[in-house]
This record gives sequence, structure tokens and C-alpha cells, in this order.
Amino acid sequence: MIEKDGPRAGPMDGEFHMRRVVVTGLGLVTPLGAEVETAWKNLIAGKSGAGPITRFDATDYKCRIACEVKPADHEYGFDPYKRVDHKIQRQVDPFIIFGIDAAGQALEDAGLTDMSEEERYRAGCSIGAGIGGLPGIESESLVLDRKGPSRVSPHFVHGRLINLISGQVSIKYGLMGPNHAVVTACSTGAHSIGDAARMIAMDDADVMLAGGAEGAICPIGIAGFAQARALSTNFNDTPEKGSRPYDRDRDGFVMGEGAGVVCLEEYEHAKARGAKIYAEVIGYGLSGDAYHVTAPHPEGSGAYRSMEMAMRKSGLSLADIDYVNAHGTSTPLGDELELGAVRRLFGPALDGMSMSSTKSAIGHLLGGAGAVESIFCILAMRDSIVPPTLNLDNPSENCAGVDLVPHVAKERKVRAILNNSFGFGGTNASLVMKAID
Amino acid sequence: MSDTADRVKKIVVENLGVEAEKVTEDASFIDDLGADSLDIVELVMAFEEEFGVEIPDDAAEKITTVKDAITYIDEHKG
Repeated sequence: MIEKDGPRAGPMDGEFHMRRVVVTGLGLVTPLGAEVETAWKNLIAGKSGAGPITRFDATDYKCRIACEVKPADHEYGFDPYKRVDHKIQRQVDPFIIFGIDAAGQALEDAGLTDMSEEERYRAGCSIGAGIGGLPGIESESLVLDRKGPSRVSPHFVHGRLINLISGQVSIKYGLMGPNHAVVTACSTGAHSIGDAARMIAMDDADVMLAGGAEGAICPIGIAGFAQARALSTNFNDTPEKGSRPYDRDRDGFVMGEGAGVVCLEEYEHAKARGAKIYAEVIGYGLSGDAYHVTAPHPEGSGAYRSMEMAMRKSGLSLADIDYVNAHGTSTPLGDELELGAVRRLFGPALDGMSMSSTKSAIGHLLGGAGAVESIFCILAMRDSIVPPTLNLDNPSENCAGVDLVPHVAKERKVRAILNNSFGFGGTNASLVMKAID
Repeated sequence: MSDTADRVKKIVVENLGVEAEKVTEDASFIDDLGADSLDIVELVMAFEEEFGVEIPDDAAEKITTVKDAITYIDEHKG
């Protein structure tokens, strides 16, 4: 049955050469739109995806706002039936539905939905989530409590597991290469792309769908993050003002949901088939704070080392980076520590650079954030415009001298970008990408 | 068509996401309606809820078609 093992990769003896990795497809499900161009257009227009929580009655909650993905009948809503069967929708949590759809978009955009069996042995998935199926865990726990163990759904486990986006996507599209799922809280999306890029670079695959998703706007999710003092609670009556990175009045993040998936491809593979190439992934950095479970390191040391590693791998000079998409969640501690680390790393190169937090518009997509924001970075390079930081009315003192793109998008050349994601547990990831001429 | 048959078919359509016309009495859950073994576990649970019957595992294993389900329910419901 040797033929069932699929074709062998390149020779593994002798010297190992890292291969180049490019982005050839994009997919987005966000609170500002359920496909790439709509979400991007709304983001650039300065719209906010925030509103009162509608998923459940949040009357008694400290935080009553979120950036929800809009229903199918909304102007820029999400129709799950486009790419996910009714039966699967019934069995799985929202994060999996968002993830399958975004992955499908990316594969369609890349023009790779009709790969041969041989090609599909070399195509894989690396789509993770930070939390996974929290709504389903919550609701089935209540079923267990109220009706007993024999009423728990037989689809409970595999409808909640984080690696089941990768699992479902591989089954739907027949992708038999590496099947991976990162779980590093809010760094998941960036780690997913970085890890997948390395799999291609190291010849484990030619094509990888990579990204992250989240769908944790449910009672236990909002209550849990609020109790951890992570959510904004001062803007319940003006939800669109809640996410305000770098602003003096920021008081926590606003929960978002959705998914971002990119199609990564080995450069020669993409070139040979005449694929549209959005960008090249040239740097990836990872680090641990080794400090505290929720608080970032007081000197931003983990953030600094993550960015420094990504820059070193990229071979670029600091002045080549035109745009930084910040982690910038709108929490009192985190924003300024990240900014301090960026300032220390970039030094004088800060002058020519723009840095914004798109979480001001779409909220914090947790495990989806790094992937969604990487896509925004890629579009910034494509369209020569950087998205704004909304609600930045009164920047904190430490923000002086940095172009944080307040309120409105800014047209400018973007040749290369740095994208940061930091997560609970002190896990940091940074990606560097550049445009291809 | 009996009341039981109507309600069984409605559950099958909803759970498996299949078109109502396909849910004939002779239809096999696995061969004709695309169900897997876990889908059948879930269907049996839904029948138990809907009709207030208990369908033990050994009986559930013998329910392979829509008609099997209707017959079992009609014989056991209170």
C-alpha cells in the first residue's frame, strides 16, 4: 500500500535549504464583514463593529458590549450556509464555523480548490483558536446538570475541540498534509501562520491554510474575562467607544469573534502556477515572558525579544518596516508596555513608521486576532493605506512621537510590516512580511 | 401518514440537514441519508425527547431505517 502514503518530499540527506513562503489567498469573518473586501472597506472607513451583546441577556454583566459577527440579514453579516453544511453547523461551536468559512475563502482566493490527489498530500492546515468551544461547553454542562449524562450530545467533544477547524477543513477539501492547531491564547493566529510558514520552509508541505478563529461571546466567556479584569466596563452605553487602545480612558478590551485564514504557499510552487502573490512571510519571532499568567512583563521584555527575533530572521533593517499592527488590546497595562518595547527596538526608525491597533474597530478576536490582523497588514501593503486606531482622543503620555494613526486611515507606502500578538501565559509572537514587486 | 411518522421525519430533516423528499420510510440513515454512527446516537436521543420513550442501546442498534424508528416508537410510546 505504499502508494497510499503519498509522494515523498525532497531528499532529506545532505544540506537543508529553507524555502521561501508567500501568501496567495485570504479569508476573513469579522464583526465588520464576512469576506475580505467588505471587512477591509469598513475598517478603512473607520467603522466600529462594536455594539450591545445580543447573543444572550447581558443585563446583569459588568461588561455588556462586544464586537459580534453580524447575522446573515445584516448589511455585512455572515451567512454560515455559504460554506458549512447544516448538519455540521448543528454539531460544532461558532469558532469552527467561522474557521471553516474563512479557510474556504482563502483556498478559493488562492485558486486551489481543485488540487490533484498528489498536490493534496502536500497541502495542510494550521488553524487554531485561543479558547475553543466555550459556548458549547457551557450549554452542554447545563444539559448534563439538568437532564443527566445520557442527554449530552454525541458530538459534544469533537464539536468543541480546537483542532477541529483544521480537522473539518482537511476533510472538506481533502488536504492530507500536516494537520496542526496552535493554542496560545491571543497569540494563536500569529503562531499558526509562523508555524505553518516554517512547515513549508522546511519542506513538510507546499500549501498550508493557516490562521485562527474564536467565538467565545457567551455568558461564561464574558463573565470569566470580566472577572479577570480584562474587559472594558465603562462604555456599556456607548459600545463603539469601548475599544480605545493608547487612549487615556481605556479600561480593557472589547471581545470580538470571527476568523482569519491565509493560504501560504511555497514561492516556486506559487510562481509556477501563476498565482496572485500578496506578500512574502520573511520573519517569525517567538518568546515567553516567564513572568505572570495575565500581566505582561513590566519591561515588555518578551514583546521586545519576539519582535527582535522576527526582524533578525527577516534580514530587513528596522527602517524598512512601514507599518506595525500592534497587539494593542486597549488594556491599561499592555498597550504602553508594547509601545515601550517597539520604541526601544526601533529607536530612530520609529519616525518613518505608522502603528495602529485594529482592535479599536473589530475588538479582540483572541485566537483569531493575529491572523485577521496579518490580513489587514497584507491589504495595507496592497492598497498603500494603513487602518486607523479608533477612539484615540487623548493619547497616553508615553505615546508621544509615534504615529498611531488616530481616527482616520492614512494613505502611505507600505513595503513591509510587523504584526504583534501577545497572549495569557506570557506567550508572544511576531511576524514580518513584505510586499513582492 | 401517521403522526409519529411526521414527527420522526421532521427530526431527521433537521438533524441530518437532508431534503424532506429523501426521508422516505424505507430510507436507511447511513446508506441513504448520509448519517454516521454518532448521528444515529443523536437521532435516537432526539426521538427519546420528542416521544418520551426510552430506547436502550441494543434496541437503538437495530434502528437503521426511518421505518424502524417509527415502528419502535409506535410500539413503545405511552
